[in-house]
Amino acid sequence: DSDPVGFDSLDLNERRGRSTDAELDRRDGTRTSEALTPAAAARDEFQEELVIRPLHSGDIYASFQFRTLWDTDFLQEGQKVSHYRLFPKSLGQVLSKFSVRELHISFTQGFWRTMQWGQPFIPSPPGAELWVWFHDTVSDVDGNWKELTNVLSGIFCASLNFIDLTNTVQPSASFKPLGLGNATDHRFLRYATLPREIVCTENLTPWKKLLPCGSKAGLAVLLKSEKLFHSSFHSQAVHIRPVCQDEQCTSKAWELRQTLNVVFDLYTAGQGKKEWSLFKMFSRTLTEACPLATSSKVYVDITDNPELFELSPATPLLSQAVVLGDRRTYSVYDLSRAETFGQLRSLNLLLRWKGDGEMLRPLLHAERYVAGFGLQTGEIHTVIYNNHPYRAFPVLLMDSVPWYLQLYIHTLTVTSKSRDNKPSYIHYQPAKDRHRPHLLEMLIQLPPHSMTEVTVQFERALLKWTEYTPDPNHGFYVGSSVVSALVPSMVAMNTNFTQDQPLFSSFVPVKEESSYFVRVYTEPLLVNLPTPDFSMPYNVICLTCTVVAVGYGSFYNLLTRTFQVDEPSLPLAKRLANLIRRIRGVPLLT
Amino acid sequence: MAAPLTLLLIVAVTIRAVLFRSSLAELISARVEVVSPLNAWKRVVEGLALLDLGVSPYSGDVFHETPLMIYLFHFTVDYAEIVFIVSAYFFRKQKYALESDRYSADCLELLRSPKEMFYIPLKVAMFYLLNPFTILSCVAKSTCGLNNAIIALFIFCTLKGSALLSGILLALATYQSIYPLTLFAPALLFFLQRLYIPVNLRRSSFWFFTLQYAFMYVGSLVVITGLSFFLLGSWDFIPSVYGFIFSVPDLTPNIGLFWYFFAEMFEHFRLFFSCVFQINVFFYTIPLSIKLKEHPVFLIFMQIAIISIFKSYPTVGDVALYMAFLPAWSHLYRFLRNIFLVSCVLLACSALFPVLWHLWIYAGSANSNFYYAITLLFNFGQVKVFTTTWLTNCEWKNRWRNKVSLFINLY
Repeated sequence: DSDPVGFDSLDLNERRGRSTDAELDRRDGTRTSEALTPAAAARDEFQEELVIRPLHSGDIYASFQFRTLWDTDFLQEGQKVSHYRLFPKSLGQVLSKFSVRELHISFTQGFWRTMQWGQPFIPSPPGAELWVWFHDTVSDVDGNWKELTNVLSGIFCASLNFIDLTNTVQPSASFKPLGLGNATDHRFLRYATLPREIVCTENLTPWKKLLPCGSKAGLAVLLKSEKLFHSSFHSQAVHIRPVCQDEQCTSKAWELRQTLNVVFDLYTAGQGKKEWSLFKMFSRTLTEACPLATSSKVYVDITDNPELFELSPATPLLSQAVVLGDRRTYSVYDLSRAETFGQLRSLNLLLRWKGDGEMLRPLLHAERYVAGFGLQTGEIHTVIYNNHPYRAFPVLLMDSVPWYLQLYIHTLTVTSKSRDNKPSYIHYQPAKDRHRPHLLEMLIQLPPHSMTEVTVQFERALLKWTEYTPDPNHGFYVGSSVVSALVPSMVAMNTNFTQDQPLFSSFVPVKEESSYFVRVYTEPLLVNLPTPDFSMPYNVICLTCTVVAVGYGSFYNLLTRTFQVDEPSLPLAKRLANLIRRIRGVPLLT
Repeated sequence: MAAPLTLLLIVAVTIRAVLFRSSLAELISARVEVVSPLNAWKRVVEGLALLDLGVSPYSGDVFHETPLMIYLFHFTVDYAEIVFIVSAYFFRKQKYALESDRYSADCLELLRSPKEMFYIPLKVAMFYLLNPFTILSCVAKSTCGLNNAIIALFIFCTLKGSALLSGILLALATYQSIYPLTLFAPALLFFLQRLYIPVNLRRSSFWFFTLQYAFMYVGSLVVITGLSFFLLGSWDFIPSVYGFIFSVPDLTPNIGLFWYFFAEMFEHFRLFFSCVFQINVFFYTIPLSIKLKEHPVFLIFMQIAIISIFKSYPTVGDVALYMAFLPAWSHLYRFLRNIFLVSCVLLACSALFPVLWHLWIYAGSANSNFYYAITLLFNFGQVKVFTTTWLTNCEWKNRWRNKVSLFINLY
């Protein structure tokens, strides 16, 4: 982040200059790449937005979304794209080389507390999560997956190279494509999580570099790592998918969304006062919008307790949106207008509110824990809550358990309101030792206002001594369960597709008015396995071979021994002794 | 004879029934000494559940039983306890028949009175049915009991002289777990002895009979394997069952020597040591057959003992199998060296197994080395049991032949 000053402006100008280069090239006519499209200029579009939502518990939730639309023909055989404007070249090359149709990667530090904070705009599990849909033209999906994880590991400075076949699954129903495309052959889908992955500045820096303005202008200037990581929850993600440009879907584009969700804690970052400002949260204020962005906005959620809420500087712009089944009102700050920044040329939002409003209870919530004692067996309990007062709805639960916890599917029980609740669809793929993990997907109907408990027993395996991590007594992580559902909405959702829809409400495509899609991640589990003594390899080999050798030696002895009668013949000394004994009259030696 | 036998049977069935119904049944079926990944009842139920879900039981790594076993339990899963008790009954019956027939030629030896011989079948049956190891194995519903029953039936048929049935049963036993393959040699030797065919590699009658018996055995094995293929429609069971037995991927602790060895081995030597350990079970066959060709029944005992100790996933059910044979050589009791020491070692180890397991897995105050040490000692004791028996047998034969007192300098 500490670039020399001169280089910064050069960078921006260079990017601006690229558009003129494109025009030059087009005039040249020498390039045979996709730059010969008849449109006047490559319509790369960049939008950025920040949503600030005060939470019921006094914490504050800030969600950044940066969206780049890349108007290009979809990858066809032989056509290589070599012209990049706003879309980062590293990701574009990844897409073309590995024939990726959709890519979703997220790095999260902390766990999202649904019951205290509500539903996030974009959910993510703790650690790293990567799921990719490949094109149907790919012949060796596993090979592509392996290379892709290694390349992404380099791009994001994360240890994604630990993703291999032992923690990759192919969910059959839980991760449908979020973009265009109706192919549902799950052979082309790969999903993996690394719950142990830690997120830090090293991961934030390359993520920021993918933005067109970098962290020099626009909303990205707020992304300072010393404040961002001093938070309860931090999640950064990259979502790439093909989308329609307009309602009729006449042209398609690649959409790159970079999202960063962060929750600042009332006590550690907020000093106990329900008074937040941009400076307090990020130690920076906004000075200008990104020049390359077509829209740059800050939304502040003022739905809760409007009378008790104080927001300065005031803004006349208001926006209403239905998001996550709830109608919310937002104050909008448009950074592309100069008057937003006022006389000081800097925008420092100040939010103050008194009193506690009513938090909308999230309708779907899940928890998971390990039960049992000892290192031999255990039980995984997943508890799913349906808080809707009168509607029942089905949820899809996906569990991916590593192979060293051997699940026993005949012990699977699903109970709702202390009665058996049989899932209508079960897809179970048992694990193969050291090759693939367990995959369990179930469609469970949740009765209204109830708690459903899914339990399954497992046995812990003893691994080879080289398969343990350097800290084996820390335990082994089991990735989060994923609960996906279409939750019935109290408010009619907007199914229309409009260009000026705020980004946070357009991430998940809304197919019907009466329900919205929700994905809830449970906690990851930490399970202890029995460990052998790591100092013992040589000793064990010696001792075991000793016992085997005792057996072998006895056999050899008995096989080759012949028994013969031993003639009693005394040596000379004994004969002399016997002579003396005979004289003395005592018993003779034998 | 019938009355004490029936009484024994009733007592044995009662003990098992009582334990089945008590809360100990679940505890026992989870013990690693009694069940192994190959024959645990929990895994049979899991395999059946997978079959119900439409997934092949062999697609995971939980189920390692043969397909015939699946289908047997598919129909009798509710009556599983009865199946196991019935198999124990068969075993007893075969043992009884076994003993009444054996060593008829050696009956002339005066060191064994006819009265003693009369009670041997009862003693064998008692040793097996009332052996705590057998009871534990039956209550845990480990399929080891079924394997033992098949081997007992095989011995019975061999002793009765029916080569065809013996071949079929041996094929079935081999199909269940590969190791009974080594029992082919003693069975062959017994038949040759019975038919007065001299064991001479140059005689055509020897080869003729050997080929006949081998043909029956291999033929039944092929038929059974083919039947398994048609039952499930794939050859998946071969790597899952036999590949599993030979490559030992599952390192769940048991009373054998393999688990900790393979858990702590250097990766480079894994293949080498797997081969060494598996060869160790098989290669004693030829030398033992040459040495003991006049005593095929003793050879059977030795082979079973070797299998029980050196197989890849031993359990106490396997130990009980060869221990049941010991009363057949009750004339040796007087001469067994160190028998007190060895029996104390075995008893102490049997008692220490659950204690040290608890300390390692539940209390967390011991570690795997404790359990491993007891494993070593237990196997050492077992080795001593049957080498001592063999040694004493040799001595006794020799002593009898020479009719003189001998001094054998062993050490």
